[in-house]
Amino acid sequence: MASYSTSDFKGGLKVMIDNEPCSILENEFVKPGKGQAFNRVRLRFLRTGRVLERTFKSGETLEAADVVDMEMQYLYNDGEVWHFMQSDSFEQYVADANALGDCKKWLKEQDICMVTLFNNSPIAVSPPNFVELVITETDPGVRGDTSGGGGKPATLETGAVVRVPLFIQTGEAIKVDTRTGEYVSRVK
Amino acid sequence: MLADIRRFFAACQVLEVETPLLCQAGVTDPHLHAFTTGYRKPGSPHTSTLYLQTSPEYAMKRLLAAGYGSIYQISKAFRNEESGRQHNPEFSLLEWYRVGFDLAALIGEIDALINSLFEDQPALAASERYEYTELFERCIGVDPLTADLDGLRVAADRLGLAEAASVCGDSQANWLDYLFSLKIQPQLGQGRLSFVQGYPACLPSLARTRPADARIVERVEVFLDGMELGNGYHELADPVEQQARFDAGLRERQRLGLPLPDRDERLLAALRHGLPDCSGVAIGLDRLLMARLGLPSLEAVLCFPLQRA
Repeated sequence: MASYSTSDFKGGLKVMIDNEPCSILENEFVKPGKGQAFNRVRLRFLRTGRVLERTFKSGETLEAADVVDMEMQYLYNDGEVWHFMQSDSFEQYVADANALGDCKKWLKEQDICMVTLFNNSPIAVSPPNFVELVITETDPGVRGDTSGGGGKPATLETGAVVRVPLFIQTGEAIKVDTRTGEYVSRVK
Repeated sequence: MLADIRRFFAACQVLEVETPLLCQAGVTDPHLHAFTTGYRKPGSPHTSTLYLQTSPEYAMKRLLAAGYGSIYQISKAFRNEESGRQHNPEFSLLEWYRVGFDLAALIGEIDALINSLFEDQPALAASERYEYTELFERCIGVDPLTADLDGLRVAADRLGLAEAASVCGDSQANWLDYLFSLKIQPQLGQGRLSFVQGYPACLPSLARTRPADARIVERVEVFLDGMELGNGYHELADPVEQQARFDAGLRERQRLGLPLPDRDERLLAALRHGLPDCSGVAIGLDRLLMARLGLPSLEAVLCFPLQRA
């Protein structure tokens, strides 16, 4: 496998740290007044999402991680694992609950997701930024209420719970921003 | 900014000088990497190595020894293997020397000069001054003068810097610089200038030893927005000590497998002739501009950073 030196480090580069694949977020060259240079690097562990700051001697190398992001269609969950398909090759991949993480509460069959493959197996799945989901349960709204105000919790078909305005009713479809978990609009 | 700097020194009757960018001698600092180029006399088959200056310090000290009195220079300096948000391999330095000034007087003048610039920007708060050893002990929890490598390693572990040993090796200077850069410097110079003075003797550069305590040298660094703007000394005038520091630098370079430039014999000769008692400082002008305009990187203040030069 290729390796990268500190001078190659830049945002987005995928490298191995402690045998775990990481993505470099930021690389800062540090040079004390008359002293030895080093690099201060912020990294995100792809499996856990944990962010770490670490320093490297100038010229130190890290092994490249065999990581690719690929768009895939979510097919179904068989009760244990989640099945995805790469739309061009029709190749199917299986992701476990760890790889799905929080993503699973947004996933509806046939949605297109970004799947991160490490050594060709899924380690992380990102949902689309916006999803449209049907409300399966929410308290009836009070007549006359308009948007604004406090809102109320609503359970969606995937099991996620979001706050919605009081006028939204069970059975309606809404658009949700998966990055913040917030209601965006009603879907007509 | 350049016009204001020239006005400031004209008012103080400090003489503007120019010294060569292309020099016969390099620097022996283990962590400064000079650009080299080849010079050929017309018609000669031989090429000799010349160095682009990393700072005008040696040449300016030769002028001081020749009796020029207080002098300043605005020049380009070149440092290889330095590039990043706060580094460009070619940059602008303001360097000046004040005959008869001790470090405290020089700090006062740096403070006055920088605060006189950028009148259209919000004023800086009153500057703050720290002793290196006190600051280090307060932020890192160990005394930099007495701590050994084990003590520094324990402190680094406690601060969550487990990989410090692999970066710093067994050099006390590397350890101090590393811990200072990561855990102290980012907090310095918040909306004001911070002066840190009295560095441990293992970080001497060209500063003279403090008469009252030989473990400390008369060196100051000035910070703004967590960034080092400059480095000043009550200048070392002893040629024997200077030669010893050159040799120590060369030994360290040899250990690290770096090129071994010749010592600058002309500087040593000038010191033997006699350097007047003086203090001097170099300020990175690109960084000063970046900090005072609130810009995120040198690229934002340089018309043509290296990638576009």
